[in-house]
Amino acid sequence: MRALDFEYMLDLVPVLLGYVPLTLFMAVIGMFFALILASILAVERVFKIPVLDGFVRLFISFFRGTPLLVQLFLFYYGVPQVLSFLTNIDGVTATIMGLTLHFSAYMAESIRAAILGVDRSQWEAAQAVGMTQGQMMYHIILPQAARVAAPTLVNYFIDMIKGTSLAFTLGVTELMGATQKEAAGSFLYFEAFLVVAAIYWIMVEALAFLQRHLEVYLNKAHAR
Amino acid sequence: MTKPAAISIKGLSKSFGATHVLEDINLDIAPGERVVVIGPSGTGKSTLLRCLNYLDHPDSGTIRIGDLSVDADTASRADILALRRKTSFVFQNYALFANKTARENITQALITVKGQSKADAIARADATLRETGLADKADAYPAALSGGQQQRVGIGRAMALDADLMLFDEPTSALDPEWVGEVLDLMRRVAEKRQTMLIVTHEIQFAREIADRIIFMDGGKIVEQGPPKQLLEAPQDARTKAFLRRVS
Repeated sequence: MRALDFEYMLDLVPVLLGYVPLTLFMAVIGMFFALILASILAVERVFKIPVLDGFVRLFISFFRGTPLLVQLFLFYYGVPQVLSFLTNIDGVTATIMGLTLHFSAYMAESIRAAILGVDRSQWEAAQAVGMTQGQMMYHIILPQAARVAAPTLVNYFIDMIKGTSLAFTLGVTELMGATQKEAAGSFLYFEAFLVVAAIYWIMVEALAFLQRHLEVYLNKAHAR
Repeated sequence: MTKPAAISIKGLSKSFGATHVLEDINLDIAPGERVVVIGPSGTGKSTLLRCLNYLDHPDSGTIRIGDLSVDADTASRADILALRRKTSFVFQNYALFANKTARENITQALITVKGQSKADAIARADATLRETGLADKADAYPAALSGGQQQRVGIGRAMALDADLMLFDEPTSALDPEWVGEVLDLMRRVAEKRQTMLIVTHEIQFAREIADRIIFMDGGKIVEQGPPKQLLEAPQDARTKAFLRRVS
């Protein structure tokens, strides 16, 4: 057994922190589009629009049923061979697309369950005052569903932050890729991956801190 | 406020499975008339109200409010929306929007449905809240209000819509006895404005005070109707007599 090289670890921290923005960029953009897509999918699943419902179910089934890594390879290496306009797709874009589609499938199911959990009286009151279905969903049902779905959705966001590390397999030098390169140069694998693990961990804990504030905000209508 | 419209209901029927809840209901309501529906539980009183704004879709029949006529066989989504925008509804369980303050519960539909400016909607909501005695609760969420306060906001939300017909579905039945008085007082004030109202209630004394006409329903049908004095003091049908004996 050898001693840990603390000096190397400390030197590595600022180097790796330089890649945190890219990781957060991919996660935040991915989450943004995933939330929008998931809400649309969830609303469709609630109203079960003929024909479209079949496609949505197929979509959710596929993206939940196959590994994220397989989906990323499919987008980056596979799809461009068939769709020529995607030939020049870069690894970051492919990763964001993969994360968006993959996580929207999971999140759609959480949002759908939360929508169905909103009390029937809320739907009826919105209808009784003459709202269209769109107005009802936007102003009354989705905000109330958001409160219920929030903890689960934050969980998926955490998963998505960690999922960005797979961009490394598409040749993107992001946090994980950079660590791999550093470690390969120094042969200090244990130190390097320990540092990167700590960085991911701290990012997720910071997010959990924000989550508590988000939940207080979403619960403000329900505090007595 | 525009001139209130006449209301005409023809051949309204509704079944849940094999149970006929409403059978061929025919009813005309004059502008400004206040009609109270009484009758035993499970006789279709609430279903009648819920069919009038299509919260329940009637199996057949026509509803006419002013120049709008909606037939159950041909009712489109647009027809149903138009009908709902000519009526307002007060729920037994209040059904305030849980994510909106008392004020927002009133402004929401004024802005999104009636297209009023935010300033106009807020002015109207605050005037309504003053009228319901809840000016100090404007920023409170429903969860922080008592049942009586919630129902007063519920009535305020319906009042602010200036609908041709206000529907009240047992508005005091879910309330603790201590809150019933304040809700009935508010409904009395609405009635004094000659707002067209159709009210399902078990409060016979209240019905006697404010109704122009009382309808007795049993088994999904209108059994008997007339001015309060006549219907309550000299009922003709045996079922009406039996019901009034039970509740008095």
